[in-house]
Amino acid sequence: MYRVITFCMILWSLAGIAQSGNLLVVCEDCEYKTVAEAIRNADAYDTLRIEPGIYREYNLVIDKPLTLQGVNLPTIDGGDMGEIITIQSDNVTVSGIRVINVGTSYTKDFAAVRAVKSRNFAIRDMLMEKLFFGIYLEKSAHGVVSGNKILGDAEEEFNSGNGIQLWHCDSIAVTGNHVEKVRDGIYLEFSDNINISGNTSSNNVRYGLHFMFSNNDLYEGNLFENNGAGVAVMFSKRIVMKGNTFKKNWGTAAFGLLLKEINDSEIYDNRFLDNTIGIQIEGANRLTYRNNLFSNNGWALKVRGACYGNSFTANNFLNNAFDLSYNSNLNDNVFKGNYWSEYTGYDLDKNGIGDVPYRPVKLFSYIVNRTPETIVLLRSFFMGLIDFSEKVSPVFTPDNLVDTQPLMKRSL
Amino acid sequence: MYKILKYCFYDLIRSRWSYVYFLFYLLLGFMLLFLNNDLSKAVITLLNIIIVLVPLIGTIFGIMYFYNSKEFTELLLAQPIRRRSIFLGLYLGVAGSLSVSLVLGLGIPFVLYGLMKSGVIWDFGLLLLIGTALSFIFTALSFNIAVTQDNKIKGFGYSVLLWLFMAVIYDGLFLLSLIFFEEYPLDRYSLGATLLNPIDLSRILILLKLDIAALLGYTGAVFKGFFGTNAGFLIAMAVLSLWVVLPTGRMIFKAERKDF
Repeated sequence: MYRVITFCMILWSLAGIAQSGNLLVVCEDCEYKTVAEAIRNADAYDTLRIEPGIYREYNLVIDKPLTLQGVNLPTIDGGDMGEIITIQSDNVTVSGIRVINVGTSYTKDFAAVRAVKSRNFAIRDMLMEKLFFGIYLEKSAHGVVSGNKILGDAEEEFNSGNGIQLWHCDSIAVTGNHVEKVRDGIYLEFSDNINISGNTSSNNVRYGLHFMFSNNDLYEGNLFENNGAGVAVMFSKRIVMKGNTFKKNWGTAAFGLLLKEINDSEIYDNRFLDNTIGIQIEGANRLTYRNNLFSNNGWALKVRGACYGNSFTANNFLNNAFDLSYNSNLNDNVFKGNYWSEYTGYDLDKNGIGDVPYRPVKLFSYIVNRTPETIVLLRSFFMGLIDFSEKVSPVFTPDNLVDTQPLMKRSL
Repeated sequence: MYKILKYCFYDLIRSRWSYVYFLFYLLLGFMLLFLNNDLSKAVITLLNIIIVLVPLIGTIFGIMYFYNSKEFTELLLAQPIRRRSIFLGLYLGVAGSLSVSLVLGLGIPFVLYGLMKSGVIWDFGLLLLIGTALSFIFTALSFNIAVTQDNKIKGFGYSVLLWLFMAVIYDGLFLLSLIFFEEYPLDRYSLGATLLNPIDLSRILILLKLDIAALLGYTGAVFKGFFGTNAGFLIAMAVLSLWVVLPTGRMIFKAERKDF
């Protein structure tokens, strides 16, 4: 929280400084007819007010502290020629502009707005359409990216860019953005102390949000819907995932959340609804999963190899085809005090905790893990029978994989 | 033949069991939709019921009707009517009335709950088509048993065993073989094994139409690659038709040579 407050204070001070400069107006019949001209003639800490209209410009390099302010969404049309706005200075604010037609290149990652080695910058309330990369932050710090709307038209992974990309960044707030139909909605690489909150990332070709080699980050209250594969957190440490919704990431290779090589993180108060796989966990150590809701997923949790010291408590598992899939008999993870909608035990002492331990791994799920082709027997009468008999007297499923204190009612 | 079919059909339509069967589906349909207003989820639940219950009822009902109407059949045999017409008429009457009970019993509640306006109408249509096919297949199989077996108790035993084999044991053997040969590529084998059993084939055909198909993973992709094409769907339908035609043919062949 204090991080956000710091940002706000920086911005207020920044706004104060900016207003102390001159005001340059850009419009069709003003002194400055193009944005480039205005930038060239501006002094540091001036404000450029861009009036409504269409400006056909690209490669706008902002190399001094400036504020670019659009009035009623003026359009800067890059004409597919290349990058449109490049921020190369500290203390730059860009807001309220519609940026369209970013060039596509397979050697350079052209972006609608790029910030290079910038500090105290802000990119807000922009609308970006027909883009390659949307917002590309490179070795920048202490910035804000908020309220932007990025609407791509990506079809394939190989020829599309990311919505918001952070590369080697530090202490940046990404809030309230809306990203649609790009490759990765939000992509973080080598970026630490990033706060991602209240964003919507949907219909993307690959991931809604993607972490690579990024540590100490927080994402909260975001919605990830109908992406190729939800959110991927890979090779990262100390990530907090809180209060997000992962919804309808449905397809043969889709999941809500993919965890791969991640340590010491917390996942709580999230909702996983209608995903093929709620969370796929691979090589994740010392993670806590608390108070999450898994509802109507194919697999709620799919635990692959090398996961140690994870704890699952007070989660709700409702109506998933499989609650848990596990590919080894070795278990070093703890399941305790969760609610499982398929639990059929009783509670004689009325303390809200079932008296019979619950085994979340069904025999069918165990068999499918061994021989994936057996999935063709899904929903056959025979499988129902053997699942039932395994439930009554467990023989095959790992016996240390139990929830010893299953809840009788949903935890709130 | 047509007259016998008509007689048998009306006889069954008036009988108590047809009503019970019809009412059962009617109640089931309303119950499902009442508890869960989501049509597509109701289709999944119905799938589970149809692939188990329709074959069971087809088998039991078929064999029961054949044994019960034995005297009537013998009376007909004394008349100058072709045996083929008599038995085909009986068979179509039973299978037809079972199918009508199924289609109306499930159709009415779904139509009332707005099936026509929803996107699952084709899935539901396929479900009813498959239910009808299963009724015809299992009635034909049970008639086969009844024609060859005069002993009622044995006949019942065999038909229950037949149902048990198709619905449960076959899948068990299938599973064992998959696990036993797990080191080999099994996609085509499982495709073939599924095609051979009408119950498995029906289940897969419907599953592939539903969202849940995504759970099938890459094996599902192989299946979708096959059944998803027009040719694959036609092959599946042809296999189901063969399951109707071959047992019916054998039943008539046996009946024509049987000494009553």
